[in-house]
Amino acid sequence: MKSFRRFIDKIKPTFEKGGKLGMFHSTFDAFETFLFVPNKVTVKGSHIRDYIDMKRTMVIMIFALMPAMLFGMWNVGYEYTLSIGQSWTFWQNFWFGFLKVLPIIIVSYVVGLSIEFAFAQSRGHEVNEGFLVTGLLIPLIMPVDVPLWMVAVATAFAVVIGKEVFGGTGMNVFNPALLARAFIFFAYPAHISGDKVWVAGLSGGQGIIDGFSGATPLAKAAAYQIDKIPSVHDMFMGFIPGSIGETSTLAILIGAVILIITGIGSWKIMVSVFGGGMAAGLLFNIFAVNPYMQIPFWEHMVMGGFAFGAVFMATDPVSSSQTEKGKWIYGFLIGFMAILVRVFNPAYPEGMMLSILLMNAFAPLIDYYVVQANIRRRLKRAKQVANV
Amino acid sequence: MGKSSEKEPLFSAKNLKLITEPLDSKNPITVLVLGICSALAVTAKLKPAIVMAISVTVVTAFSNLIISMMRKSIPTRIRIIVQLVVIATLVILVDLILKAYVPDVSKQLSVFVGLIITNCIIMGRLEAFALGNRPWPSFLDGIGNGLGYGLILIIVAFFRELLGSGTLLGYQVIPADFFVKNGGFYENNGLMILPPMALITLGIIIWIQRSRNKKLLEE
Repeated sequence: MKSFRRFIDKIKPTFEKGGKLGMFHSTFDAFETFLFVPNKVTVKGSHIRDYIDMKRTMVIMIFALMPAMLFGMWNVGYEYTLSIGQSWTFWQNFWFGFLKVLPIIIVSYVVGLSIEFAFAQSRGHEVNEGFLVTGLLIPLIMPVDVPLWMVAVATAFAVVIGKEVFGGTGMNVFNPALLARAFIFFAYPAHISGDKVWVAGLSGGQGIIDGFSGATPLAKAAAYQIDKIPSVHDMFMGFIPGSIGETSTLAILIGAVILIITGIGSWKIMVSVFGGGMAAGLLFNIFAVNPYMQIPFWEHMVMGGFAFGAVFMATDPVSSSQTEKGKWIYGFLIGFMAILVRVFNPAYPEGMMLSILLMNAFAPLIDYYVVQANIRRRLKRAKQVANV
Repeated sequence: MGKSSEKEPLFSAKNLKLITEPLDSKNPITVLVLGICSALAVTAKLKPAIVMAISVTVVTAFSNLIISMMRKSIPTRIRIIVQLVVIATLVILVDLILKAYVPDVSKQLSVFVGLIITNCIIMGRLEAFALGNRPWPSFLDGIGNGLGYGLILIIVAFFRELLGSGTLLGYQVIPADFFVKNGGFYENNGLMILPPMALITLGIIIWIQRSRNKKLLEE
């Protein structure tokens, strides 16, 4: 390690301003700070410099995503064995899924990071780490059979149109990972919806046993086949077809605990998203006009991408509401609308993506009114004091 | 149109500028941001976009010419109505001609030909240029703005048709073997056909134009 540090220090002057490779300064800086804790200290003013800079934040986020990702890999193999009617060992399942998921992760990182580096270079910025998380989120919300070039196109679209046009990390209005998914969802609907894409190899149709259906629980619910929905236990553990990382609520909750303990993800948003979802579910339970509305409200929490969206997507610190009160409103509406879309719009079996993107657009508005309300309240108090 | 009797030559540098400027630095769509609505609606395919571009060019050019010739006799208070009558007459003419000669394109464009009447570019040019200038420069200004509008329309439509349908002017450009249904890997981008993508394509064009021409950047 020490010799490596010495090597970095030795080549550092080449990349400084005026050095031979000075134009690649931001690229060098990105790698250096990625590998080592930056040794910059504040020289003036009273800023607090913390080790939790953006890179550490993002790395913790990656740790939080690990359970969902690893489980997703295993589940890819498991669902595949179900479809061909065999049973494999744990490691066989995992290895199969690993080989299926890894290319998607690599494509997403390579495309996204090269665009990110290119923009940082041409604008003379530092390379921002935002993509470390986005690059892992994108594969986790893709169906396993998605063609790789679509992932590449969607990632490029999300990074350029979703992030760079607004000024890069921290300036984006929408969650870039969800934008990538929305892009595929509207551009290539056949590859991200329906019953065939969620299990590896099912769209090819070779060696599939009779009667196997790759439909997700949500698709079954939307078709009113309520009795065919897997048990709550299976859905909670994640033994269901779905996007790679979204199936296991348990793995996601482990991630949620990591995020909440480290203070990286806002627990207020997570709680209020679940609250909003349950409120909507409960409301539909009361009326229960069609079979879908009769599904017990807690089952909505473990179906589809609800938990994944609540924990990893809605809490995105950039595109969510910034004010504390605003977070409650923002989260509640996400949860409420996700269930609303699920139950009432048969064209979109999963409403989580659309409702988060919608609320991303409204988050600044929510913040604005929360801040205004606070100003009004304090002005009123000031007036009262003045009158006394 | 040899109507003008100015001493300056017909295509003097100043007059030529009236045609070339709207193509780039004074483009009605990308710089003035007018006429966006129809730019989103008719650009899913290249052919309707070209027809639309020609129609708008004809209407802007001739309405500019006619209003400019009438400019001294129009009472200011009712000038908008007079302008509308002129534009509407021309649009109806264009609509009938389209229906007679290219009925299929006319069907695709549907209401958007009629809606040329409300295209902000035309009213904008009448108000900003034709009412204060002689007929010949007004005519050239109309052609220039129509072409500037058409240029953007055609660029947007080119990418939308190529990526959204794999064709150009109806001819298959991306080889049919590439498509998934024929055993290939390629798939048309369905988002390109939807209007939001027209807006995003337009945004990218504006982005490229402004990074090339720094004068257009707003402070």
